[in-house]
Amino acid sequence: MARFIIRRLGGLIFVLLGVSLLTFFLAQLAPADPAGAALGSNAREEQIAAYRQQLGLDQPVVVQYARYMSRLMQGDLGNSIRTRRAVADDLRDFLPATVELTLSALLVTILLGIPLGILAALNRNTWIDAGARILALLGGAMPIFYIGLVLLGVFYRQLQWLPGPGRLDSTLPPPLHLTGLYTVDALLTGNWMVLANAAAHLILPAITLGLFSTAVLLRMTRSSMLEMLGQDYVRTAKAKGLSERLVIGRHVFKNALPPILTIVGILFGSLLSGAVLTETIFNWPGIGRYATTSVTTLDYPAVMGVALVAAIIYPLANTLVDIGYSVIDPRVRAG
Amino acid sequence: MQATAPAPTPAPPIQSRRIQSPTALVLRRFSQEKTAVFGLIVIVLFALLAIFAPLLAPYNPLDQDIPNGLAPPSPEHWLGADKLGRDILSRMLFGARISLTAGLGVVALAALVGSAIGLIAGYVGGWLDEVLMRVTDIFFAFPSLILAMAIAGALGPSLQNALIAVAVVTWPVYARLVRGQVLVLRDREFVQAARAVGARHGLILRRHLLPNTLSPLLVQTSFDMGTTILAVAGLSFIGFGAQPPTPEWGVMISEGRNYITTHWWLTFFPAMAMLFAVAGFNLVGDGLRDVLDPRLRR
Repeated sequence: MARFIIRRLGGLIFVLLGVSLLTFFLAQLAPADPAGAALGSNAREEQIAAYRQQLGLDQPVVVQYARYMSRLMQGDLGNSIRTRRAVADDLRDFLPATVELTLSALLVTILLGIPLGILAALNRNTWIDAGARILALLGGAMPIFYIGLVLLGVFYRQLQWLPGPGRLDSTLPPPLHLTGLYTVDALLTGNWMVLANAAAHLILPAITLGLFSTAVLLRMTRSSMLEMLGQDYVRTAKAKGLSERLVIGRHVFKNALPPILTIVGILFGSLLSGAVLTETIFNWPGIGRYATTSVTTLDYPAVMGVALVAAIIYPLANTLVDIGYSVIDPRVRAG
Repeated sequence: MQATAPAPTPAPPIQSRRIQSPTALVLRRFSQEKTAVFGLIVIVLFALLAIFAPLLAPYNPLDQDIPNGLAPPSPEHWLGADKLGRDILSRMLFGARISLTAGLGVVALAALVGSAIGLIAGYVGGWLDEVLMRVTDIFFAFPSLILAMAIAGALGPSLQNALIAVAVVTWPVYARLVRGQVLVLRDREFVQAARAVGARHGLILRRHLLPNTLSPLLVQTSFDMGTTILAVAGLSFIGFGAQPPTPEWGVMISEGRNYITTHWWLTFFPAMAMLFAVAGFNLVGDGLRDVLDPRLRR
């Protein structure tokens, strides 16, 4: 187990080096001059030159990369050209919003995808199965930015059942900062009004973001359950007279779980991708929207920061899934 | 959906007793997958609409008719008009051209580059394999849309650059897929036999390894067509892909976003076009996988 983790971590370091190199290369590729962009079109030549020098942009590329890396090693992601703050500070502010949104979407995915998948498998070739499969087909092919706009239009603008864009009504102060997740912080401090409001704000974006992954998880759960239902030991369990409930719960579902868990880990990456679109639509102050604005303004230190963080989160999520695997499947632990 | 219970089938037609080529066999099995055939029909329909868009479109997709702005669906404008009075149907038809060629271009480029790299990595092995696979790991570490956005932003927002960006995030899948296949095939008897009779590496790669990786490649390309259409539209929607007034589906939805509840036809039709096109490719991908992957065959 320890060797396995060390190898994974070694691979992770190599990947992060590559990620930093790739994002650095992209920043070099950007056509506009970040110094010129930051100072505006009224800036004089000398001002821009001085600012370039201050940013180190007048140095050779190799030197710039070496400097970037040495700063990175100290946890310094550089300064955002747009917000003029440390990128690390910006990310600290924006990341919790994305984490809260992504976890909520994952919750939607798991609460809908797994039960519907099981239901479809147990009622194979009935209308329930057909309905679940159509849902999976539509969910997998629907552009999520359209769904987001429709949900916002219907449930916020027309029916006014749910709050609109943002994490909280503008009349409410954000809860005391503990984790940065508004719902968790509100819960911990017993701030029920904020908790209810933050949770209500989460519903539409979480459904929007979770729709695609729900479709994928539903399909995976269905096929994995079907495979297990056909196994000999399931027939044996039934023949022994075990109740249907016990057979499904203990024998079928537990054995169908590993591939389902793997998919959940992989889906995490697609959720982070989808967060970019979802956050744009719901004006959600997360790193997806931060990345979009940063790319638009050619604020590449910020873009590099987001890319690095995203590239750390994703493999990390997969490593967590691997560990979760070993908890439910003793064979993995032995290996 | 196929019934699993052996239904009382009529005697098999004589034709099926003849020895069939593998392609004919695959085609016959595919034609039995109802949903996949439906998907194929949808795709062919879209392809025809795209090819004949200039003939079918009742209006020029860029022609404005401001007095007619936001006109609802009517005999004049079958699917209505947008805020500048442009005909939605005409824009949607030309949008099909853009989305389908975008999908084809991206997937072809990604599959070509990715397969070449996977073929080399799997066949040569050793340190080269190690290096190439670590490089694909780097690309897999990024959530694809964030990387694509960073690339599209660095190159400058345009449809062409969005396609390059999506291709850059798509190729590693093919590299891994083909490498995996080659690793399995490399030591099989027919490859050893070819090597024993003195076949050159190029010939072994071309004649023996590449053709045997085609089935999973075909399945993957089908799914990636759908993914690419969604990704390119998504990039266009947030401003990093096709630019207005291009009649592209993502641009159309972005332009109609403020009218979503009041004038639904602006966004609904391009969204449905995307839904059907992507679902079509996904259904075909499912069907191909069921037909081509012997492990899944019942």
